[in-house]
Amino acid sequence: MYVSPIREPLVTGAKSYKQVTDDITKPMEGKPGKLWYAGLATALLALAFGGYAIFVTVWDGIGSWGLNRTIGWGWGITNFVWWVGIGHAGTFISAILLLFRQKWRTSINRSAEAMTIFAVMCAGLFPLLHMGRLPLGFFVFPYPNTRDLWVNFNSPLLWDVFAISTYFTVSLLFWYMGLIPDIGSIRDRLKDGIKKKIYAALSFGWTGSARHWARHESMSLILAGLAAPLVLSVHSIVSMDFATSVIPGWHTTIFPPYFVAGAVFSGFAMVLTLMIITRKALHLENYITVGHVESMNKVIIATGSIVGIAYLTELFMAWYSGVVYERYAFVNRAFGPYWWAYWIMMTCNVITPQLFWFKKIRRSLVATFIISIFVNIGMWFERFVIIVTSLHRDFLPSSWSMYSPTWVEVGVYIGTFGLFFTMFFLFIRFFPVVAIAEVKSVLKSSGEKFIKKGAQHEK
Amino acid sequence: MKNNKFITGMFFDDKDLIEAIEKIQEKGVFIFDVRTPFPVHGLDDILKYKRSRLPRLGFVAGVLGAICAFLFQAWVFTEAWPINFGGKPLLSVPSFIPVTFEMAVLFAAISLVFGFLIKSGIGPGAETIIFDERTTDDAFLVVIKEDENIEVKRAEEVLREVGAEDIKLVIPMLKKS
Repeated sequence: MYVSPIREPLVTGAKSYKQVTDDITKPMEGKPGKLWYAGLATALLALAFGGYAIFVTVWDGIGSWGLNRTIGWGWGITNFVWWVGIGHAGTFISAILLLFRQKWRTSINRSAEAMTIFAVMCAGLFPLLHMGRLPLGFFVFPYPNTRDLWVNFNSPLLWDVFAISTYFTVSLLFWYMGLIPDIGSIRDRLKDGIKKKIYAALSFGWTGSARHWARHESMSLILAGLAAPLVLSVHSIVSMDFATSVIPGWHTTIFPPYFVAGAVFSGFAMVLTLMIITRKALHLENYITVGHVESMNKVIIATGSIVGIAYLTELFMAWYSGVVYERYAFVNRAFGPYWWAYWIMMTCNVITPQLFWFKKIRRSLVATFIISIFVNIGMWFERFVIIVTSLHRDFLPSSWSMYSPTWVEVGVYIGTFGLFFTMFFLFIRFFPVVAIAEVKSVLKSSGEKFIKKGAQHEK
Repeated sequence: MKNNKFITGMFFDDKDLIEAIEKIQEKGVFIFDVRTPFPVHGLDDILKYKRSRLPRLGFVAGVLGAICAFLFQAWVFTEAWPINFGGKPLLSVPSFIPVTFEMAVLFAAISLVFGFLIKSGIGPGAETIIFDERTTDDAFLVVIKEDENIEVKRAEEVLREVGAEDIKLVIPMLKKS
């Protein structure tokens, strides 16, 4: 296959098929390093603290959170929306970029999808805890009960239940089906023993038969086709939790596309933050190259600009609508008691990502790492601003109030970080971080060795 | 699967593999299976595999999911537990769309995955024949099965002629047989 020599190779270092397997499975062999143990220990500590905060929430009740009659949604829902958003990058990379035939996705899709699954698990915790009593979580599912009562299908909160649980299930299936050929690779590298038996069971008896591959490809494509509208629907539905209400600042028709863009924006930032460290720690620089980082930065700048336009549109519509409450909500956001949150959001989401217009910054790992953290922070504040500043001054000035979280809410948030990173550390230890088979399938069209061959041939 | 004899020949490049398969087919030898470390494009056409019916299965399951979800919601709000929301119609179709869509996706995805696993005969604890452990690494394996049309010696000869390496006779021993 002819490939333009100008095109940057996706796999550098002139790798052969065998080297691809060796390089990617290497971090899983032998004993893990000190850094891995330190990381896992920190994550477990955070998880334990979160576990204690959850215990307090359940034991003492939701009163242990800083919420009040005016501000009924605080950190809990902020964190829920934030984590769901983080997950969107994985599905975007594995489904939408698959449909668009973007070959650079093959090196990052596996880990990004894993992040999706872990992030959705973290997200799901918050609405459940927000109910105060965990058994109430049972009532969101429509099942025939003795009270003859059904759930309210008119409520966006219920749509959320369906959207998030479908999203989690489909992501998990999609991810695992992509994983079985690679687990097969690991199985076949191991000598007999308990480890081989475990991987053999996990690989579902994968053989690499051409028949299976043909079916696997056809299934993956359809799953991607399903996951693409699914991922758009999930954050659209999350946005409807707000948009279908009558609260000024929430009651906006642009919410669904604005939330989806924001979700992909924050998700890519999280993927970048983690992959820049992971590629270094696991020595995968030849697979996750600066070119990959640049491509992702381009997605960040596109989605970040959409988010920026959405902010400005909101401001314009608040003025243009002529609704006094709507106008007040936005003036209050920017200049009210929570002005600092609004301006952190504006700076981190609208201004700093614009630095990626410069190629030097786009291709700098240090700059990308710093800006990606800015985006993570900015997108957290976006949800905080939308939720808290819209609620804290409602229609009745006598009920105006302020909100700040208690240590319990902060603890639950830290706990979800613990959960996310515990899973992530276990994942990079026991599963291949890069999709081995998929990288091999693009090696000939995008590997450095083969591109150079093509270039010579052209002369 | 008792006493089946398989003759395997190995290649280390997908281009060589495809050329060899074409040559083997010209000789009128049936290729039982091909094992590759990654999906090789065009292989299913050369081996004349029928197009997978999985997309159709996914479509049917998706439609079924949508119908079930919609009818269930309609039944809940008109028959089982009608609630009057400010005089709005009981059968409020637009608000049923999100759940209907999600259920369509869920049904389709689950049926696709299970369809794939069942049709391929793989799954947790599945016992499959792995002819050579290098096929999940960098080796491409052509498998010919001994039957009344072709005997072991002839198969080995054919594989040698097309340039296969490491030609072996494999008689798999399965626990359940």
